[in-house]
Amino acid sequence: MLELQHISFQVPDDGGSEKEIIRDVSLTVPDGRLIAVTGPNGGGKSTLAKLITGIEKPTEGRILLNGEDITPLGITERARLGIGFAFQQPVRFKGIRVFDLIRIASGKNISISDACDYLSSVGLCARDYVDREVNASLSGGELKRIEIATILARKPSLSVFDEPEAGIDLWSFQNLIEVFRHMRETIRESSILIISHQERILNIADEIVVLRDGALAESGAREEVLPSLIGTAAAVGECERLDPLKGAKKPC
Amino acid sequence: MLKLDEIQKRLLREVADLHEVPEGAYNIRSNSQSAGRKSTAHIEITPKTDVSGLDIRILPGTKNESVHIPVVMTQSGLKELVYNDFYIGEDSDVVIVAGCGIDNCGPQDSEHDGIHRFYVGKNARVKYVEKHYGSGNGKGKRILNPGTEVYQEEGSSVEMEMVQIKGVDDTVRTTTAQLKAGAKLVVRERLMTHGEQNAVSTYEVFLNGEGASADVVSRSVARDDSYQKFDAKIVGNAACHGHTECDSIIMDRGRILAVPGLEANSVDAALVHEAAIGKIAGDQIVKLMTLGLTEAEAEEQIINGFLR
Ligand SMILES: Nc1ncnc2c1ncn2[C@@H]1O[C@H](COP(=O)(O)OP(=O)(O)O)[C@@H](O)[C@H]1O
Ligand SMILES: [Mg+2]
Repeated sequence: MLELQHISFQVPDDGGSEKEIIRDVSLTVPDGRLIAVTGPNGGGKSTLAKLITGIEKPTEGRILLNGEDITPLGITERARLGIGFAFQQPVRFKGIRVFDLIRIASGKNISISDACDYLSSVGLCARDYVDREVNASLSGGELKRIEIATILARKPSLSVFDEPEAGIDLWSFQNLIEVFRHMRETIRESSILIISHQERILNIADEIVVLRDGALAESGAREEVLPSLIGTAAAVGECERLDPLKGAKKPC
Repeated sequence: MLKLDEIQKRLLREVADLHEVPEGAYNIRSNSQSAGRKSTAHIEITPKTDVSGLDIRILPGTKNESVHIPVVMTQSGLKELVYNDFYIGEDSDVVIVAGCGIDNCGPQDSEHDGIHRFYVGKNARVKYVEKHYGSGNGKGKRILNPGTEVYQEEGSSVEMEMVQIKGVDDTVRTTTAQLKAGAKLVVRERLMTHGEQNAVSTYEVFLNGEGASADVVSRSVARDDSYQKFDAKIVGNAACHGHTECDSIIMDRGRILAVPGLEANSVDAALVHEAAIGKIAGDQIVKLMTLGLTEAEAEEQIINGFLR
């Protein structure tokens, strides 16, 4: 279980004063639950994910994982306590192979065939990918799916996905929903936080949180929150949203 | 037949992946003496009489055979200059594994300067692997100055893999190549320097015949207070293709100088140079830390991958 208690995050802005990117956010992600975070671009969703994973440190508030205060802990320590994070923009590495990345993620000396299983789960033909380098030769969509495979291999107690659907084509999106649905069904003492604009993803969430201008605009059970979001920028059908140009809505 | 101590055996494993006597032709040089030599029906190795070194003659048409000529030095203060000449017959297809390992625990510098000349016959294919390695905590330096000259006849192809990852204090590597029509040269250099090490690598490749091509790529990491210079020049004298690339990671107080050099003396010469030097990207380290690695472990993985 993850608890955010009155989290704020300020950065110095150009004019020498402070800019508040996250404002007094309190949020609980209970075990066995899938929470979706949505809201307009620039609302602070990715920043919130970075605060949870330790990439950024809050200027105020506390973060608890299973009751333990992890606010002072760094990225590595939080990862080892069971926080996993799939980046919005996955990182490329010259020379590191897909297999290496999955092996590092698993924290064990896994076999090639184990790694292939994770790749197959995210809809990649494993044999074609294990030996590839995680470099510029991979497309954005391939990279996103490999990123998700590393989280599957890591088996975190809290998985954070930042816009996992971005750059993924319609066909693969179907498969992605299945991945999350399966994760949702099999988690027990672990939990999932997905940042997304996708109605189909919001649809499998237990709870939905709307972040706007760094503050919680709405939060509650899916049934309560989702109806008011349909048709807004926060929750769109896949046809519109899967256009690579953010926000540029295209009819199906 | 081979009398080698444990340190010498370890050096052999590092530079030539040798765990026992290699298959095919070989000469193992240990502290300036031959510790074992074998010729085969197609590959003849004979010691030179005028200077230190070997003549290696590969008969035309020799296929899928290998030559190992590793060098190990464990005696502090040894300095040697060795000439090895390779005569590679037409239409042959061979692998040549060279390499030098120096273990210096003493106060004096140990130095191996190896001059390798390759005369590559028409349509012959050569894969050449050269690894350098240094160990030992003596004050004396471990110095390696390899000079490589390649003469390629029509349609021949040479692939060179040069690796120096650890322990060599001072290197000046000089490689020159002359390519006739349709000849192809591929060089993959991987280099890591640390401590106070110095490494200079200079290439001069002449593409003299129509359809000749060269691809010289260096990947390097400079850590601590080390210094590297990569100076790669390709001269296009005909309708040809040349590409050089220097891709470097700089760390700590390391310094790197990359000197691009292209010279086209024919309107049909197509030459490209790329060079990039930078520190490890912060998001790469962060990504691996989110997978549970410490910052130092993350750096190590990134560098290992980069130099793979
Ligand atoms: N380290 C930072 N320094 C300055 N501004 C930042 C920093 N991190 C994020 N921001 C700003 O905070 C806002 C929220 O960004 P982000 O969390 O990426 O939003 P979202 O993921 O919801 O689109 C944006 O205006 C962004 O430019
Ligand atoms: Mg974002």
